[in-house]
Amino acid sequence: MPTVAKDRPETEAVKPPGTPGIGSKSGKHNQDSLGKRFRSSRTLLLLMLPGLAYFLLFHYGAFIGNAVAFKEYVPFDGLWRSPWVGFANFSRMFGDPGFWHATWNTFYIAVLQLTFFFPIPLAIALLLHSLTSDFLRRFVQSVVYLPHFLSWVIVVALFQQVLSDTGLLNSFLSDSGIHTVDIIGNPDAYRPLVVAEVVWKDAGWGTIIFLAALMQVDEQQYEAAAIDGAGPWRRFWHVTLPSIRPIIVLLLIMRLGDILSVGFEQMLLQRQSVGPQVGEVLDTFVFWQGIVGGDTGYAAAAGLFKGLVGAVLVFTANRVAHKLGEQGVYK
Amino acid sequence: MSTAANHLTRPAWMEKPKPLTTVAKAIAVVAVLALVLVPFIVIISTSLASNREVVANGGWVLWPTDPTLRAYRNILSGGIVTKALGVSVGITVIGTLASLACTSFLAYALSRPGVLGGKPILLIVLFTFLFPPGMIPAFLLVKGLGLQNMYAALIAPVLINVFNLVVLRGFFQGIPEELYEAARLDGAGDWTVFWRIVLPLSKAALAVVGLFYAVSYWNAWFNASIYLESDHWPLSQVLRTYVIGGAQITDTGLSEAGMVSAPQTTQMAVLVIATVPILVVYPFVQKYFTKGVLTGAIKS
Repeated sequence: MPTVAKDRPETEAVKPPGTPGIGSKSGKHNQDSLGKRFRSSRTLLLLMLPGLAYFLLFHYGAFIGNAVAFKEYVPFDGLWRSPWVGFANFSRMFGDPGFWHATWNTFYIAVLQLTFFFPIPLAIALLLHSLTSDFLRRFVQSVVYLPHFLSWVIVVALFQQVLSDTGLLNSFLSDSGIHTVDIIGNPDAYRPLVVAEVVWKDAGWGTIIFLAALMQVDEQQYEAAAIDGAGPWRRFWHVTLPSIRPIIVLLLIMRLGDILSVGFEQMLLQRQSVGPQVGEVLDTFVFWQGIVGGDTGYAAAAGLFKGLVGAVLVFTANRVAHKLGEQGVYK
Repeated sequence: MSTAANHLTRPAWMEKPKPLTTVAKAIAVVAVLALVLVPFIVIISTSLASNREVVANGGWVLWPTDPTLRAYRNILSGGIVTKALGVSVGITVIGTLASLACTSFLAYALSRPGVLGGKPILLIVLFTFLFPPGMIPAFLLVKGLGLQNMYAALIAPVLINVFNLVVLRGFFQGIPEELYEAARLDGAGDWTVFWRIVLPLSKAALAVVGLFYAVSYWNAWFNASIYLESDHWPLSQVLRTYVIGGAQITDTGLSEAGMVSAPQTTQMAVLVIATVPILVVYPFVQKYFTKGVLTGAIKS
């Protein structure tokens, strides 16, 4: 690195004084020759190298591995020498009830999350925003952000410790002579349980973006509305809500585009406690077929299908956002 | 600060809150705090309690009458948990440094206008956000590179996070162009500008991005579970096996001293050890979250 830094001033010194350095004015360097631009970008290109190599290898390089979805993967032959089978893995997948089951579970849990998780951060943000004590607000903020930084292993372990049949809640209930509840390992309680875990972990973190939006609402609008006789509820409905609508739409769209992913680690950690009937989602299906079962081509087909549908969903959601006159995730 | 001041006193136009509203609000705040904090308190208390107390209380202690560090001494005196703790710390430190270096290098290069290939490279990077390669191809690649049962398998595949890259790049772009110009007139090259000017000015952004990386390395579990043999396990996989999976800790040479500790206190101690580093680092970086380092970058 020092050698690169040292010879930089020399190349600069060749230029007559007053010549704009690279990047100072756009347009100028378009006329420079490629070799000259390369020379002046040398240090920056060197700095890019490790990062670019990472993306090329672990994203684009890995992506080529999706070819295995069209192959009958034989571990001994490796990825390239395994025979091509066309769309056989896909047609098998569409006829596999296990796949449809996983798809259904994914949608079911995603919709539950959307209904029950989505409004909660907004509610907490409104509560926080309405607190008049600055200290209290900051304290509650710090506490509710915290669970976001715990791993799923810890969160699942915590929930198990609190809700299992020998857990905190049930030992309290049985001590008080009340009926105990069967939650961990009970297939009927599985979906509410995973939604509750997501709420506990990320509802607080979700408030950040709503709070930022609430802070930006013009105080004068509230004042004007209050003078016109609008009570707290009408101020919320006619001032707060319209002001934060773009951010609500943006977050909803991001969530809709991501509807095929429902927390892979969270699901994988708990799948066995209830079995695949309710516990299998698309990601765990891919894992179970491919990495546990060794049915690599088939699992890659399911994964590729999920990725494609996911990308189409993100794209569509974004288009819808633009149609509605909102900003969307990207332009 | 002006918004903070606004909230300290009720604006003149706002009506006095009804007592019922205030009570409802107070209950809501207490409920939210209790839901987050009570599990932590019970788990820390149980990990500090003696065996006898835990058994007498039916497995749980809200406030230990006779606190002891025995469970911690047991698991930290050598054995699986001690080794896993070392592995987790090592991966977190090395991974965070590597990620922070590569991310800030790339973010800086991509933040300078006119760098050769800047635009196509930025597109190449951003596109990966829309279409990740998928679990099976990533698995095959790591296997193909011979990284199985190597700690590099936990770092290399997740070296740069696109979101963190975008945050840093946005922050670097916010540095006034005059500073670059002035440094250039003084004869500083791109590296000197980066090292002497850009990095010192970006401490807040680097702290937040560094925390994100550190937390994700500390918490990473899935890759460890598929790539590493049990003698290489980090804390997350130990936690998964012994606390969630309910494997018998005492059967596996966890503690030389044998069954000194009830499994419940030991399990809770492992849980606490996995959580504490995050609790310790968290307050130092938490203040930046409200400063808009993140929310400013989300839009771009």
